[in-house]
Amino acid sequence: MSSPLPALHEQPPFAVGDRVRIATRAPIGHYRVPIYVRGREARVTRIIEPALIDNEEEGYGRNAGGLRGRYYRVAIPLARLWNGYPAAKGDELQIEIFETWLERA
Amino acid sequence: MPHDHDHPHDHDDHAPIVEDATPGYYEVMETALRELLIAKGLITAAEIRRQIEVLDSRTPALGAKVVARAWTDPDYRARLLADGRAAVEELGISVYDDTQLIVLENTETMHNLIVCTLCSCYPRPVLGLPPDWYKLKPYRARAVSEPRKVLEEFGTVLPEGMEIRVSDSTSLVRYLVLPRRPEGTAGWSEEALAALVTRDAMIGVVPVTLSQEAA
Repeated sequence: MSSPLPALHEQPPFAVGDRVRIATRAPIGHYRVPIYVRGREARVTRIIEPALIDNEEEGYGRNAGGLRGRYYRVAIPLARLWNGYPAAKGDELQIEIFETWLERA
Repeated sequence: MPHDHDHPHDHDDHAPIVEDATPGYYEVMETALRELLIAKGLITAAEIRRQIEVLDSRTPALGAKVVARAWTDPDYRARLLADGRAAVEELGISVYDDTQLIVLENTETMHNLIVCTLCSCYPRPVLGLPPDWYKLKPYRARAVSEPRKVLEEFGTVLPEGMEIRVSDSTSLVRYLVLPRRPEGTAGWSEEALAALVTRDAMIGVVPVTLSQEAA
């Protein structure tokens, strides 16, 4: 997460093309990360600007402080999500995941 | 005789509309929350009424106008794909809910489908309220697990080699599908093109076609 005032030329932690893993967590609260993508590896396809406060924390009535993070649009092949899905089709899921849920894969 | 006239007469036409069901759990919760917010002076009843009016003012005709403009103006299309929100606002369509808009372009090799598996996130500023099937679990679950079967049930069979991109709206981003312009529409006016573009085409369950069979 970035500090409230980003440093000069500060870059988002993940870049387009990076391989990431969506965390496997089940915290108490209202989280906008569907269960079916938790723990999955994905590829960053777009960085959603601007950086925002962690609205999952704020939305649950907890003070997220001044730290800001970004949503990343990530892609996961459907064949890697579902057993038996034909990989040859090339079909993909695209979904936005907040920074706190991503780690490098 | 209290009822001696002889014209056909159906009293059901005048049946009063009654609401006799007990409010459910969520209905009671919504009422309690709304009344509390108003009592604490955080929002007013007039603001709620006004917001409902804003929501009801939106229809798929707005999205159709955006699509038709993108088909006829390559510079606009580029701006729309780069920043959907700014481009729809350029046409006077305000985005009232702090969401971003990503416009997904269908191509000869790529078909886009949108869904919200968690609830019913939908590009309301440009399409209005979502259809019921969009909000129900069968569509929400199957759009991400067997999108080709779902499309077939809508009568859409994708050609060989066409890939599907399913976009699951989960947070602050909404999606609008930019369908392919149908063949045989060269030289058409923006208004005539917009009339072809349906809600379902902008969700991605059908293509835009020249003939609307059920119309």
